Amino acid sequence: MKVHEYQAKEILAHYGVAIPRGRLVTRPEEARAAASDLGGRVVVKAQVHAGGRGKAGGVKLAVDAEEAFRAAKQILGMKLVSKQTGPEGRIVHKVLVEEALEIARELYLGVVLDRTVGLPVMMASKFGGMEIEEVAAEHPEAILKEHFDPCQGLQAYQARKLGFALELSGETLKKFVKFVTALARAYNESDATLAEINPLLITGGGEVLALDAKMNFDDNAIARHPEIAAMRDLDEEDPLEVEASKFDLNYIKLDGNIGCMVNGAGLAMATMDIIKHHGGAPANFLDVGGGASQEQVENAFRILLSDPGVKAVLINIFGGIVRCDMIAAGVVAAAKSLKVKVPIVVRLQGTNVEEGRRILAESGLKLQPADTMADAAAAVVAAAR
Amino acid sequence: MAIWADRNTRVLVQGLTGKEGQFHAAKCKEYGTKIVAGMTPGKGGTLVDGVPVFDTVADAREKTDCNASLIFVPPLAAADAILEAAAAGVELIVCITEGIPARDEAMVMQALANGGSRLIGPNCPGIISPGKAKLGIMPAHIHKEGSVGVVSRSGTLTYEAVDQLTKLGLGQSTCVGIGGDPVPGTNFVDVLDAFNRDPETEAVVMIGEIGGSAEEEAAEFVKKNVRKPVVAFIAGQTAPPGRRMGHAGAIISGGKGTAKEKIEALRAAGIHVAATPAEIGITMARALGRA
Repeated sequence: MKVHEYQAKEILAHYGVAIPRGRLVTRPEEARAAASDLGGRVVVKAQVHAGGRGKAGGVKLAVDAEEAFRAAKQILGMKLVSKQTGPEGRIVHKVLVEEALEIARELYLGVVLDRTVGLPVMMASKFGGMEIEEVAAEHPEAILKEHFDPCQGLQAYQARKLGFALELSGETLKKFVKFVTALARAYNESDATLAEINPLLITGGGEVLALDAKMNFDDNAIARHPEIAAMRDLDEEDPLEVEASKFDLNYIKLDGNIGCMVNGAGLAMATMDIIKHHGGAPANFLDVGGGASQEQVENAFRILLSDPGVKAVLINIFGGIVRCDMIAAGVVAAAKSLKVKVPIVVRLQGTNVEEGRRILAESGLKLQPADTMADAAAAVVAAAR
Repeated sequence: MAIWADRNTRVLVQGLTGKEGQFHAAKCKEYGTKIVAGMTPGKGGTLVDGVPVFDTVADAREKTDCNASLIFVPPLAAADAILEAAAAGVELIVCITEGIPARDEAMVMQALANGGSRLIGPNCPGIISPGKAKLGIMPAHIHKEGSVGVVSRSGTLTYEAVDQLTKLGLGQSTCVGIGGDPVPGTNFVDVLDAFNRDPETEAVVMIGEIGGSAEEEAAEFVKKNVRKPVVAFIAGQTAPPGRRMGHAGAIISGGKGTAKEKIEALRAAGIHVAATPAEIGITMARALGRA
């Protein structure tokens, strides 16, 4: 799950990470008031779940309250289009008004799970403001890493090691150590999958603050954190994906015209691949999961078909936990109740396959059966044309 | 021979009294697997389909001499279940549960690193040595006893591959689902190493997917150590970057972990890569000179 910058900063501040003073507002007048409270000189920042906000015109420096008002007026309601939003962009509903600070140095800090060793890793670099992937490509030696055990947490000596390597000293080093250990604790205790401070600001006076902050959270652990779950912003998500998530369905919308319903993530990806191989384009990724009930199959079908781009549907089920007869009954019930117009190719294999095929054949619906994945892909690609 | 699971495997089922646990334990038993005990705290002393249930794993181990555990417990209780099995000295732990928080998994991996237990999964279909033992949720009837080892990050895609192999007359020595989470208890290299040492396994099918670098590490291992034919398929060639494709571990992040990179690494290691998921079986048949 993703959260906005202002929410990430709230969470981080709770763990003792230093953040600039700021206020979230939804109207330009509030931005004016916030700016005068914060001393006039502020940065007005669009709050959307996407990077590249600065280049897209979503971040503006204002020297006084009037300019803050004008900046907020420009940003609020704008369609922000960046590399990460795609061409459709995002409408900005909220801006964060933050005190503008004097910048002496910009650094980078980020925590992720390092899959090669199975431990979280704190990464630091002197190239603040640059994307870490870019740094990794151009200056791999400039990324400093400290792994830590989730039970012990990141130790102060590890934070000092990073601080010395970044040529920090005195009071600034002490503040940096406090910052880094607090960031590691925030990542760990909130079950984050990413906690990134880019840039990390060192002011002329030696203060250490999170100028920007990004946090993503582990969906598998979100039940342990109701206060974070409450931060979910449905405006930032695809409406069909939101609908799917209500039924515990894994659905991701894509650009093609062949709707897919598959059980299991690996097989769902492989089904998309084979559609492409046969010259078609998948409209979505949809995993109906292991213990999918008939009701869930119906929901999956409904979501899949509410994408107007879908011209044909491929259902590919290999029954292990999910029995083919149950899937078949769900498909038939849903196709009947939704009065499906588009061609449907169904490929069933595995547990109770004969019973499943019989249900499909006796349904009276125009369902095109297929034996192998290759047959199914060829048939659905032809049907979509 | 087979790897890790055979006729001597004596299985404890953690979560036997639950719906899933009871259903799949019955199927494993039907297949001939020795299901010797169940474990659910508070249900000790009861029987499920004639199998005695214990309150603790230690109790079950002492009374039944189980040497493997098959885990069906809810995700937030799974770390505890794995650690209990490891603490009781169970050698093979197979965790089917999907949706365990990554932090719990990292903690479990650290705890198991120096112990004597092997964890398969979580978020996996389990392990089957056809004709010998099944510890998992895979449909047994698609398997056939033979000499192809199968290792995979997926569930149903593995069934697809196994089904193709069986229909071509290529039986399997052991099929291991290592699971779709970012840091599995057993990884490709562990399984490839075991297959490489197993005299009964003459070739290996490896099914990977986008995300992480486990396939690249496997390619490196194969290049250095494995002389048996290896066939691979990588799912997610059309997956968009930055999106989690169902499995927690199936995500291209920062441009890394793409199918293209993995396929290149596998090919460079002399591994036969199937172009589509429909050609996994036939690619193996060709590699073995039987097509």
